[in-house]
Amino acid sequence: MNRTISGGRIGVALGLGLSCLAMQVSAQGTPGTPTASDGIAKYREMIADGNPAELYEAEGEELWKKAAGPKNATLEKCDLGLGAGVVKGAAAQLPRYFKDTNRVQDLESRLMTCMEVLQGINPQEIIDAPFGKGAKKPVEAIVAYVVTNSRGMKINAPMKHPKEKEMYALGKHAFYYRGGSMDFSCATCHDDASKRIRLQDLPDLTSQKGAALGWGFWPAYRVSSGEFWTMQRRLNDCYRQQRFPYPNYTSDVTIALSAYLAGNAKGGVVNTPGLKR
Amino acid sequence: MKTAQLIARVASVCALSLAGVSANAQNAQTVAAMDKAIVGSFRSEGIVSVESIKQDETQIVCSDPKLATGKAGEKRRAAIEKENMETIRPPYEGVYLGDWKEGEKVAQSGRGATWTDKSSTVNGGGCYNCHQISKAEISYGTIGPSLLGYGKTRGTTQAIVEYTWGKIYNAKAYNACSAMPRIGHFNLLTVKQMQDVMALLLDPASPVNQ
Ligand code: HEC
Ligand code: HEC
Repeated sequence: MNRTISGGRIGVALGLGLSCLAMQVSAQGTPGTPTASDGIAKYREMIADGNPAELYEAEGEELWKKAAGPKNATLEKCDLGLGAGVVKGAAAQLPRYFKDTNRVQDLESRLMTCMEVLQGINPQEIIDAPFGKGAKKPVEAIVAYVVTNSRGMKINAPMKHPKEKEMYALGKHAFYYRGGSMDFSCATCHDDASKRIRLQDLPDLTSQKGAALGWGFWPAYRVSSGEFWTMQRRLNDCYRQQRFPYPNYTSDVTIALSAYLAGNAKGGVVNTPGLKR
Repeated sequence: MKTAQLIARVASVCALSLAGVSANAQNAQTVAAMDKAIVGSFRSEGIVSVESIKQDETQIVCSDPKLATGKAGEKRRAAIEKENMETIRPPYEGVYLGDWKEGEKVAQSGRGATWTDKSSTVNGGGCYNCHQISKAEISYGTIGPSLLGYGKTRGTTQAIVEYTWGKIYNAKAYNACSAMPRIGHFNLLTVKQMQDVMALLLDPASPVNQ
């Protein structure tokens, strides 16, 4: 595949802009002084005319419509939950239960199913590839395309089917599951809106408002790495920082956490792709 | 086996043997199935093994919001504190304070113990991630309380020195479900690094106490 996105260069340019803003960030606690998040908000305004995720989105749309894989087929018949080929609004209603796989799926695991069934692509190749590389790259671009098509809609994962409820319960359990060399769980950092790591505000993901802030802005273009990050990648890096071992791509725990976040965020607004530090 | 299947199977087993099985026992089985699904979703990578997320009693109790705070978990939390208290080892020859300048570096660094680190990576204490410590550092977290002026306000009696060492060594000895890692207990810092951090908090010459 021809690489059409020079994420690295965009990243450097954006990164410089951000560090200039960071220098304006002064002492915390003084009324009226900007916080790191204010800096990022200002920065978002500055580049309001373009989130670099748009480049991924354009590539994703092309990939969706292009015949590929051993079966030389397009993804245009892929059912993301709202019927074959319906992209508009689909991401706003994920994760959800799918009858054909008898499984609750998030966007990435569902795309793998479509690529396997329609195009004959081996999902293991996608699972095994590192983020941003090889067989994962096209999936990530398609994710950008699909989530853009729910922008502005209401977060509305159904959470009605018994398996959806089970997945939400597992996600909640995983959220509070402490382990590893630092005894951390997601809740250590994300169960209270007043918490901060260094200057980074941490959303309270157990509340509707905080979950909408977290879930509603991911997947996102990450300025610091100069790449578009899917939700699987966001969760993967949270687990890395949590000092946990490596969560397998699209494993139960990752889908369950997405179900928990989407369930909590219900009614919030989809702002994807977000733009993040 | 997929989680959902697993849970479904456990649920049906529970339903069959419902007579005589308390709601608590059912709940315990569901929790066991969920724990298994969680651990089964990970693989070992670099220096972090899957074994490291199999929980000890502290982690089990503190993962349940109902037990982590409130009356229901009171007894188990007290037992956990006792158990963790017994892990604390005082430093060799009772030298508790090292070099505060080195301690500041340890407090600043949040490195180490992730799957992208090496076993040769020098771990940091990550203290500023959660605590305000010296006035000069304005980039600090708020998960823990401010430690600004710690030695000046607390004093440096032997009791305070020993408490502070213990808190850094194993925070769960004083507060079973503390958010703070068990730094000495899990060898996240060396004894020398902990002595240096102690000096940062307690040495009258440290900027923390100016
Ligand atoms: C040790 C602290 C820590 C732990 C543990 C942690 N996170 Fe985070 N999380 C952060 C920080 C810091 C950020 C934001 C900073 C960044 O951009 O990396 C963040 C960001 C997020 C976001 C995006 C929020 C936003 O507004 O952009 C989500 C969603 C999230 N975490 C979910 C989780 C989940 C789920 C877990 C557990 C699997 C978890 N986190 C564990 C510190 C943590
Ligand atoms: C992930 C968060 C976190 C990290 C990292 C952390 N702490 Fe803490 N710390 C806390 C919290 C929360 C408390 C208060 C609650 C409790 O445990 O009682 C605390 C309490 C303390 C106390 C007791 C304060 C008092 O008033 O009695 C000391 C001393 C302390 N921390 C020192 C440190 C040092 C030194 C480091 C780094 C080597 C560190 N902490 C790293 C979260 C953290």
